[in-house]
Amino acid sequence: MGKCFLSGNEAFAYGICLARPQVISAYPITPQTIVVEKLSELVEDGSLKAEFIHVESEHSALSCAIGASAVGARTFTATSSQGLLYMAECLTYASGGRFPIVMMNANRSTALPWNIYGDQRDSLSQLDCGWIQAYAENAQESLDLALMSYYVAEHREVSAPFMANLDGFVLTHTYEVVEVPAKEQADSFLPPFVTENKMDFGHPRNLAFSAGPEHNTAFKYKEHIGLLNAKKVIAEAEEKFARIFGRQYTGLIESYRTEDADYILITLGSIAGLVKEKVDKLRAEGKRVGLIRLRYIRPFPNEELAGALKNAKAIAVLEKDVSFGNEGTVFTNVNSALHKAGISIASSNYIGGLGGKNISEADIEKIFEELKEEKTTIQFLGLGGAEKWVYPQGL
Amino acid sequence: MKIIRWHGRGGQGAFTAARLLGAAYSSGDNRYALAFPSFGPERRGAPVQAFTKLDSKPIGDRSESEKADYSIFLDDTLFFDAVFSELKPEGKILLNTKQAINNERIITLDGDAIAAEILKLPITNTIMLGAFAAVYGGITLDSIEEAIRGNMPEKLHKKNIAAVKAAAEALGTEAAL
Repeated sequence: MGKCFLSGNEAFAYGICLARPQVISAYPITPQTIVVEKLSELVEDGSLKAEFIHVESEHSALSCAIGASAVGARTFTATSSQGLLYMAECLTYASGGRFPIVMMNANRSTALPWNIYGDQRDSLSQLDCGWIQAYAENAQESLDLALMSYYVAEHREVSAPFMANLDGFVLTHTYEVVEVPAKEQADSFLPPFVTENKMDFGHPRNLAFSAGPEHNTAFKYKEHIGLLNAKKVIAEAEEKFARIFGRQYTGLIESYRTEDADYILITLGSIAGLVKEKVDKLRAEGKRVGLIRLRYIRPFPNEELAGALKNAKAIAVLEKDVSFGNEGTVFTNVNSALHKAGISIASSNYIGGLGGKNISEADIEKIFEELKEEKTTIQFLGLGGAEKWVYPQGL
Repeated sequence: MKIIRWHGRGGQGAFTAARLLGAAYSSGDNRYALAFPSFGPERRGAPVQAFTKLDSKPIGDRSESEKADYSIFLDDTLFFDAVFSELKPEGKILLNTKQAINNERIITLDGDAIAAEILKLPITNTIMLGAFAAVYGGITLDSIEEAIRGNMPEKLHKKNIAAVKAAAEALGTEAAL
């Protein structure tokens, strides 16, 4: 198809189409609906030879995908927000069963208050369920992640489900230029799914079994190693991807102008585009600032962050999430990486974009300005009058 | 970066026009565009807005918060003097209306007349797109035609391409088409 003008949802759907899943089971939810509609059109018009199964709920969508994966089919599903939470029970079945299902999640706020707009509290609440979690910045990366996701998930040393996250609306519903690869190119990148972890009358085996206290730890340990192995497989996938498609990705993190940066903002998802523009402007004024975009948050880039932050004077984590009663979950993870690497610098947390609240250039400017104070703080952006309720003392 | 804000009513195709403009503009080398609707529930007949951002480099800012270079109104019942506040100081308004308005920042076009003649429907989205291309310059008719062919159902191609041309011609010889 070449150069097209597509939304994030459409770009992801084309990426999935190129990956040739055999079974798609999904239930529509705003703002994910279009990826499901597009794929059903592609199945209907014969562009994609797949079984498209309309199910009655998200719990069934993922259950169905697990069943399909358990007979060795490449499978896809997609959800968002309450839908992800509704399928939460099945998330650990997919990961514990080592089924390499790919799911797109359109990041959206969770109720209550009811809200259809974007933040990342849905996916970040599910960090511990054993899925790889990636976050795209733009529509091109969304398409490319769709293709790479199967390469990583299905790799024998990984065998884990893959959740690709796209910011609701600002990425899923925004149209931009996307290069859609040819089918032949996609086929040369992604081999068909072959697995021994399936029901097979020729080679009967026990799947989706129980494991008591004696063996349970061993299974969980292996699952953990699988996710850690994803690091090297992501690098391998990106190297092959660059050879075939000419687009180079940068592993678990993307470092933007950080080499000599004193102050670094760490974030994830589509807001990174605006931060890059702001970094360029501040650099032009002679300010040594940079950005790290977390492309993957499971597996977590502990070593990569430690390497990129070792010369920084202070960092800030900007995230569309809060773990109530503590702080932003990404912030917790980043601080752990710093601590393990023996890096002792000020780190602050900015919680913004909740329920679709716009994060403005002025917000980003404020963060870089406050970084110079080299303090450790936790703040909300865009409180909209709620400042009158005083943040309790302590962090 | 140039920001174009589209005003219409649900069903008038404001977002389609925003998308076609982005597709047409970004078909050239080193041209980038973002197009998106004002996010949220949609109702037929209710006021809707859409945005197109045009630049010579990739656009990182996905927000709708900035002031526009152009505001385009598919329907003059949505136009009030207060809309100048959503424009940059040099920003201009492109208005579909039968009224004569004496204001150098407002460019008017009787898009309904063109729609009645060519489309036989009171839909002015591609007409206002043609008008914008003429006013803005540097967006070729070929690129709009290609965008229409790539992004609209086939049965709509011929009439809408004709409507784009008619609107551009109606705005005079400065059209860069």
